[in-house]
This record gives sequence, C-alpha cells and structure tokens, in this order.
Amino acid sequence: MSAIYLDNNATTRIAPEVLEEMMPYLSDMYGNPSSMHTFGGQLHRRIEEARAKVASLINAEPEEIIFTSCGTESDNTAIMSAVESLPRKKHVITTRVEHPAVLNFCQHLARKGYRVTYLPVNNQGQLDTNVLLKEIDEDTAVVSIMFANNETGVIFPVKEILEILKERGILFHTDAVQAVGKIPIDVKNLPVDMLTLSGHKIHAPKGVGALYVRKGTRFNPYIIGGHQEKGRRAGTENVASIIALGRASELAARNLSEEIKYLSALRDRLEDTLLKCCPDVRVNGDRNSRLPNTTNISFEYVEGEAILLRLNEYEICASSGSACTSGSLEPSHVLRAMGVPYTAVHGSIRFSLSRYNTEAEIDRVIEVMPLIIRELRLLSPYGREKIVCPPE
Amino acid sequence: MIYLDNNATTPVDPEVSDAMFSCLKRDFGNPSSSHLLGKKAKEVIENSREIIANFLGCRRDEIYFTSGGTESNNLSLIGIALYHKKGHIITSAIEHPSVINTCLHLESLGFDVTYAPVDGEGIVKLDEVRQSIRKNTILISVMHSNNETGVIQPVEEISALAKEHGITFHVDAAQSIGKMHFSLAGSPVDLMTVVSHKFYGPKGIGALYVKNGTNLKPILFGAGHEMGLRPGTENVSGIAGLGKACEIAKRDIKLRVSHTTHLRDMLFNSLRSNIPDIKLNGHETKRLPNTLNIRIPGLTSIDLVENIKDQVAASTGSACHSGKQSPSSVLKNMGLSDAEALSSIRLSVGKDNTEEEIKKAVETITNAVNEMNKKPAAKKPVCQ
Repeated sequence: MSAIYLDNNATTRIAPEVLEEMMPYLSDMYGNPSSMHTFGGQLHRRIEEARAKVASLINAEPEEIIFTSCGTESDNTAIMSAVESLPRKKHVITTRVEHPAVLNFCQHLARKGYRVTYLPVNNQGQLDTNVLLKEIDEDTAVVSIMFANNETGVIFPVKEILEILKERGILFHTDAVQAVGKIPIDVKNLPVDMLTLSGHKIHAPKGVGALYVRKGTRFNPYIIGGHQEKGRRAGTENVASIIALGRASELAARNLSEEIKYLSALRDRLEDTLLKCCPDVRVNGDRNSRLPNTTNISFEYVEGEAILLRLNEYEICASSGSACTSGSLEPSHVLRAMGVPYTAVHGSIRFSLSRYNTEAEIDRVIEVMPLIIRELRLLSPYGREKIVCPPE
Repeated sequence: MIYLDNNATTPVDPEVSDAMFSCLKRDFGNPSSSHLLGKKAKEVIENSREIIANFLGCRRDEIYFTSGGTESNNLSLIGIALYHKKGHIITSAIEHPSVINTCLHLESLGFDVTYAPVDGEGIVKLDEVRQSIRKNTILISVMHSNNETGVIQPVEEISALAKEHGITFHVDAAQSIGKMHFSLAGSPVDLMTVVSHKFYGPKGIGALYVKNGTNLKPILFGAGHEMGLRPGTENVSGIAGLGKACEIAKRDIKLRVSHTTHLRDMLFNSLRSNIPDIKLNGHETKRLPNTLNIRIPGLTSIDLVENIKDQVAASTGSACHSGKQSPSSVLKNMGLSDAEALSSIRLSVGKDNTEEEIKKAVETITNAVNEMNKKPAAKKPVCQ
C-alpha cells in the first residue's frame, strides 16, 4: 500500500495531466523565450497561454499576472512594491497568523524603520475587522492579510476588509497561497490590489508562483535584471513550470465546485469521527469559515510529533503546525495567537486533503488514529484515557 | 532546426529530465515535512548539494539554491550592500543586465559604483580595476566569461587583488560552468553565481556559492530554508536536475571542451572562407570553447537572424537584450561602432551539435548573406 498523503497544505502531488503537459519543455522544447528565432519565440506564446489560464482561475486579466519563483517571492515583492510606491507612508498592517514569508518580511521592514501592526485573531482563529478599522491611519501604506490560514484553514473576511480599506488609498495584498484552487476567488468581485499564489499548492511543481497585480496599481520589481515579464520580474522564465502552473490552474478551475463538495464531505467525516472516538479532542479554527480540505485537531495530553511518528509507521503523512516551521519544537504561532491552551497546542495535528484522497484512505486514518492516541496517552505522564470507539 | 544559441539556453540533457521526471512524479513531498515523503525530498536536495559542491570544488554547506542566475546575482550584490549599508562597488562595463541593473539600483540607494572598462578584445582592464579600489570598496563583481563574446576575464588576478585589499569578490560564472574546466578549490572567490539552464539543466533553478565566513544578508524573507539565506519551499525537481547536470558535466567536461572547440573553429573557418570580410569579436584564445561572435560588414545582423530563424537559431547580442533593437553595449564597450555592433552575430555551439549541422548552418548563413548582399534594402526587422 502506498503512502496516504494528507499534508496537501504543505505541498501537493503533481497532477498527471500537469506532468504530461510540462515534460516536453524539459526535453525537446528547450529554447529561451526571449530569443528572436522561431525556436525560442514559440515558447513566448506558450507562456502567454499559461498566463491566461492562471488569470482565469481568479478571474483576472492575463497582463495582471506576473510569474515568480514561489509564494515567498510573491509576498515579499508585493509588500515591498506597496511601500515603495507610497514612500511617505511608514505603517504596515498584517496579522499575527500570517505565513513567515509575510511575517518575516514585515520584521525586515520594522528594522528599516517601518511601524508594523500585527492584528490579533479570536479563539476561532478569526479576524475582527473592527480592530483593523481602529489600527489604520493616515500613515498606513499597505495591509497584507492572508486569504486563508495554512494551519487551520480559516478563511478571512476579505470582502469586509476591502470595505474598510475602500477609498482610503491603502493598498491591500492577500497571500492566497492556500485559498487559490480550493475555494472560488474572483478578483473582479473582490478587488484586492495584489494577490499571491503558488504552484506547488495546486498540483503544479515547486519553484513557480505568481503575483496578481491589479491593473493601475503602481508596481516596482523586486528581482532586477533583464526585461522578462514586461520588466516586472527579471530572469529567464521557468518555462516548463509556468506551463505546468497554467495547466494546474485550468484543472483547478474546472473541478472546483465538485472538489469542494467531495473534500468537505471527506474532511467532515474524518473530523466528526475523530471528535466522537477520541476523548479530549478539539478542532482548532472557525468551522463555519474554513477551507474545505483542512482540519486542525488538538489531542490533549499527547505530543503532535509523537502522533506523526506513529502515523509514519502506518505510512500516513500529516503535519503538526506548518511544514515551514516543522522540525522546530516551538509551538505553532497560529494556535498560540488563537489562545489554544498549551497542552492542546502541542498535541495538534493538521490533516489537509486533496482530490487524490479516497474514502478508503480516510477510513484507514479513522481506524488507526484512536489506537495511536490511546497508546500515546497510556505512555504519557498526563495520560488520562477514557472510552475509545472500537475500530469498525 | 540547428540550435546554435547555447549561450541563451541549452537543451535539457535526457539524463537530467529523467532525474526530474522521477522526482516530479514520486518525490513530491515538502522537504520541510517530517514525514517519509518530506524526508525523501530532503534527501534529494542534500544529495544534489553534495554533487554540486563536489563538481565545483567547494563544501556542501557553501551551496545555496536560488531561482536562477538573476536571483543569485541580485542576492550577491544587494546582500553584500545590505550588510555594509554603504560603500563602493566595482564591476565591469560588460556584465549581464542582472548585475548592471542591480548596480544602477544600488547607485539610486546611495552606493558608489565603478564600471571598469574593457579593452578592444573584450577583456576587463586589470589596471582600471586596481586603480578604482578605494578604502570603502565593499565588493568587486566580475563575470567569469562574457555571454556575448565568450571572452574569459582575468578572474584570478582580480580575485587576488580583492583578497589583498580584503574586499569581497563575486563572480558571475553563468556562462563558464559546464563549458570549460573549472574549480573553486583553492580559489579566493567569495561568491559565485551558478545557472543550471546554461549547461543542460532546467530553467528556474540556480545556485550561489558562498564561501564560509562571507558576510551576506538575505534579500528574501520567510521561513528558514537554505540555512536562513533563501526562504521559499525548495524547487526539489529543479535541484535534482541541477545536481544531475553537474554530475554529467564533471564526467564529460573534457569531451565537451574538445568537441565544442572543434565545431566552433570549423564554423568560423568555413564561414570565413565563404565570406572573406568576416571579423571575430573578442579575444581569439581567451574565449569559451563554444562561443563565436562575428561581424559581417555591411550587413544588419538582426535581418540575418530573422532570415535564417527557421533553419538556424542564432542571436544578436544576448537573448536578454533581444527585446530591444539597439547595438550591443558589450560590443560598443569594446570600441565597436554602432554599425559594427549592429552587424554582429553570436553563434554558440553545444555538446549536442554535430559536424553535419555545422556544415548545414554554414551553408544557410552563407546563402542568406549572399542573398542579403544582392538586395541591400531588406525588409524591416521584426523586434519582438
């Protein structure tokens, strides 16, 4: 039996259709899109086709999409461009639960003299937009708030945020790496100024991302050099991966509504069963506003890392916290910001699903998880185990 | 199509695409994840890092992965500038746009930059570099070989100068690696840019060699990837591809040098016997084995490249400049007139070219040149 992969918020398997589409560009179609000759020139057209597909996934215009090397680069580029285009304003607002690519970039800005406000979240991981309203002032250049959280899947009220920011001359960037391809996003409906997306979260390869920049938004490039991407991002284009991102966007757009239904049903069954069968368990995050594929569950009195090790023995891949911070024994900054009790933070596990997960896989997890939790609690000095559903 | 544009980009070696394919298909985990798929991906990365370090003659913890040559050059220049906060930088007048434009950007932030000139053969003037060193010089950045002419720069002498004055030295080795014999072992170079797609690896991946102890600040901020110097989920398949490209380069470099030298010289000699007034741009011997930059008096090279574009892939200037139709600044800096620069063409051969292809290319180019000489009023060039 091959591994059961339930860590799709960390990264995803490459869709077979995507792999098939990109491989020719890693063999026969190797030219440089900037070249004058036919061989390179034809690649230019393929890149533009991919751009249109990515744009279409979020209902943007093709020229509003800039290809980058990853989500981190898109986030850094967006926030830097925003503060550079409003040079007199020195205040930046973000949240305490952002990805490190935003948090650490804001810290970098703080070292350069910017004032950074980190908005809190409530115990459901949800943002109170009234706090945002209180924090903005004349000096605010940019607000960067993620569309959905990577650890809990909680979706933020982007529409309300935009209402607050409207006509105040404050730029809005959203890190939508976890949301794009999982829920509908329409930038015509939700007129964000900039939006980050990443290939490897939507079944395209790692090493490619994009930044949406709304037409008319002033933009300063971050990576400097040649004229690629109309002077907005230098460097020879990662042709194969860009084409892969185009194809992955097309697939995501095509299957979105079915996938939402499928994944939320699978996720809910997993979550509901674990809540029923393991005592002292809680779900972290607002269950009413959440990505369809994500559940973050805390098992009291046990260590998340220990659960993962035991899951590994069953070839089940999940995560405690986010991949980017895993390995460190620091508890999740997201769960701490939500005020999740210490004992529960340490025993939190994130399951994040994709279209490639099956009912049988979820059954298997439902079968082994209660056993693992009971076993670990028996070993734990805090161990207080009560009834456990017998595996069916 | 006869591909003679290997300095713009190279074909991906089949061994490289095989390595990438299996990685894309199976080892898709996030290297930061602690589960089995994460560990497998991490292994792929560390294995590649080892191979690359071994090929370049450095330690594995001196190799940092980036998204390509442009980012590696940006990181080197801006990263050193961020560390020192102010100071003077020396580079050459013939660097790649990712160095030149980054220097211009640093000038706008208050740094001083000297652009050392080159001689008529395209070699950076060592004396000028020496004379421009100041007390506050923080960095010297010179390319190992030029992308347009293939001329190899006096990197050893300049690095010795830099070392003598305690100045950080960066080399953009994008064009040299995998094309000529090359090693960092015992070299005083502090930073070196490595670009995968210039030697049969994929696009979208590069590396930066950072000698241990070099004071470099990151330019991207995020999670702690690449020992804190370069955040962002690693491009695992790209890294696997770059590793494989280095492995092959190490194995085949001798053959590559002799094969490309032979084809390049054959190309030049045959063209010269057909079109007698052809002139070579750049130093004849201090040159990459694969690069030929020639001018054909009386001809507009952009028309020539356009006329042969369905048969032979060639370039005027470097690919990154082709969007605009202005004379190559590299050639102008060597003292060529606008007309001379605009009549120049770059032909860069690769390991996969054959004698047969060279003969055919010579025929195509010769015919096109003869045709164009008959009809001097050629159609207006198309500039994409």
